Amino acid sequence: MTTPTTSADQRPGAPDTPPAPARGARRERRPLTASRREGRAGLAFVSPTFVVVLVVVVLPILWTVLLAFQHAKLVDIQGMGLFGHWSLANFEQVFDSAGFWSSLGTTLLYTIGATFGSVALGLIAALALRQPFRGRGLLRAAMLLPYVAPVVAVAFVWETALSPQYGIVNDWGRRFLGWDDPIAFLSTREYEIHLLGLHVDIPLALLTVIAFECWRYFPFAFLFILARLQAVPDGLEEAAKVDGATPTQRFRHILLPQLMPVIALLCVLRFIMTFNKFDDVYLLTGGGAGTDVAAVRVYDFLTSRYDVGAAAAQALVLAVALMVLLGLYFKFFGNKMQEES
Amino acid sequence: MTRAQFEERFFGVARWVVIAFLVLITCVPFYYMLLLSVKPIDSLLLDPGSLWVSAKQFTFATYTEVLRSTDDGGQGFLQLLRNSALVSLGTVALTLLAAVPGAYAISRLKFFGSRQISALFLAVYLFPSTLLAVPLFVMFAKMGLSSSLIGLAIVYVAQTVPVAIYMLKNYLVTIPYSIEEAAALDGCSRLQTVRKVILPLALPSLMATGLYVLMIAWNEFLFALLFLAADPGKWTVSLGLAQLANGIEVSKTVLMAGSVVLTIPVVILFFAAERLLTEGLTAGADKS
Repeated sequence: MTTPTTSADQRPGAPDTPPAPARGARRERRPLTASRREGRAGLAFVSPTFVVVLVVVVLPILWTVLLAFQHAKLVDIQGMGLFGHWSLANFEQVFDSAGFWSSLGTTLLYTIGATFGSVALGLIAALALRQPFRGRGLLRAAMLLPYVAPVVAVAFVWETALSPQYGIVNDWGRRFLGWDDPIAFLSTREYEIHLLGLHVDIPLALLTVIAFECWRYFPFAFLFILARLQAVPDGLEEAAKVDGATPTQRFRHILLPQLMPVIALLCVLRFIMTFNKFDDVYLLTGGGAGTDVAAVRVYDFLTSRYDVGAAAAQALVLAVALMVLLGLYFKFFGNKMQEES
Repeated sequence: MTRAQFEERFFGVARWVVIAFLVLITCVPFYYMLLLSVKPIDSLLLDPGSLWVSAKQFTFATYTEVLRSTDDGGQGFLQLLRNSALVSLGTVALTLLAAVPGAYAISRLKFFGSRQISALFLAVYLFPSTLLAVPLFVMFAKMGLSSSLIGLAIVYVAQTVPVAIYMLKNYLVTIPYSIEEAAALDGCSRLQTVRKVILPLALPSLMATGLYVLMIAWNEFLFALLFLAADPGKWTVSLGLAQLANGIEVSKTVLMAGSVVLTIPVVILFFAAERLLTEGLTAGADKS
């Protein structure tokens, strides 16, 4: 703030009497430069928001960090001070507990699969709906349904449709696709498929949950990619068309470079959101059959054992893992992203 | 046939295949939900594959069971709908109160630390709700606020404030400075300018943000499960439906009726304001 001071600043403090003409008087009463006034107003305006974020987000997170290093069960938390005995016991418990590493691996698979699936499907949908046609507006709105509908409702629809006893998918599969037995999509850890004489085990429940996640969140990617597509200047493509570029070439060399920043941003956003996703998996499988993602484990620590310390430690490990992954991403791709945008 | 001709033709067909596929995956699940909700359970068990319901079998009994109060042997979803509405509207009010001044400040005013603060508002996104759930759960237990709808609304603010700031900010930067300067010349103080000039101009954005927040709060499940599970009188519809599914004696068709009841308010809101919402959400995306 090195704005040169105006003459008003050098004058001695003006009297507090409210002068009649508002404009000229303000400078005398408040001998501040415009930029300092703006700075004060900015701080004044931002402080309520800042306080809210501090109280409902930042402080709870700091408290999680403290809790993670303490032995804290929900029953004795009433009488506990902020600083109890510090120990790493919770982390030992988290790292030693059966299935921690496999759950981290599951989380990663789930996140990567769902992120790429939803962004790719969103991209395909945006390209298909790019040219106007009759009913496009309605279709565009309808396509957002999976994203806006409550997760509990859509999870039950999937559960019912995939059910081995009364689900439509298994009924049609047996009737039209010749399946011998009904397939329990949401409770089969390993499903053996025969392909050209080979036996391959696929993690069926995990794949189903990933498919659900792609289905639920592709509208989000679709929306952002479509908005960006509409902003691509027509002239570019016209020129390429005149030069004889095929649709794939036009996509590869004209559209994709324009879309890359928004696709990269979507990937990062979806990765963060999916990594911490709790409700989708919990509602579909309850974390069983090889879908024990880390967020569900935090919930289990918290509710089945009331072990607040272990839950906090697990949540913290999850957050740190996410930050490391994001850090790596930005280290390798951050500069490239900046250049392209 | 040249490569260009082949590709033009191929993608011309592929486009319609993709569109048909998209209609299938987005509309059929919701049709299926509606269909099952008006079917008697035994016709579902007899013929799980049928995609329609005959006029003879058509029934609304599932809905009456879901909506009737628990005293009359129903599931009491009317009460749950009221709870959900209270929490959602409370969340919208609190979120807008908290987000509007902040969004205005970081979109308009240059002040010391403005970059850091807007970065902080975005960084809040990075923290998983499970990470917030632990301390908030403990805090609620400590304050005896577990099972309070107001408490839940306050927790939801943590989830919605970053989105709200982002959406409002993207809109506010499009309002020209000259309007504000004109108001200042006419003798408006900063606060008056915001109230009398900026807010009316930003009304579409305020509505879009409010609607989006309303949807988040209405659809939320994790915190409702953590905080309200012990008190059935305070359940939101999402939680009530999830708990209903755990009951053994509840038939799937009743569950689907509950899903429809939970979904319809969101879908109505969404279709009423679709353009407003999508524009509010993606504002600025074309410049990213």
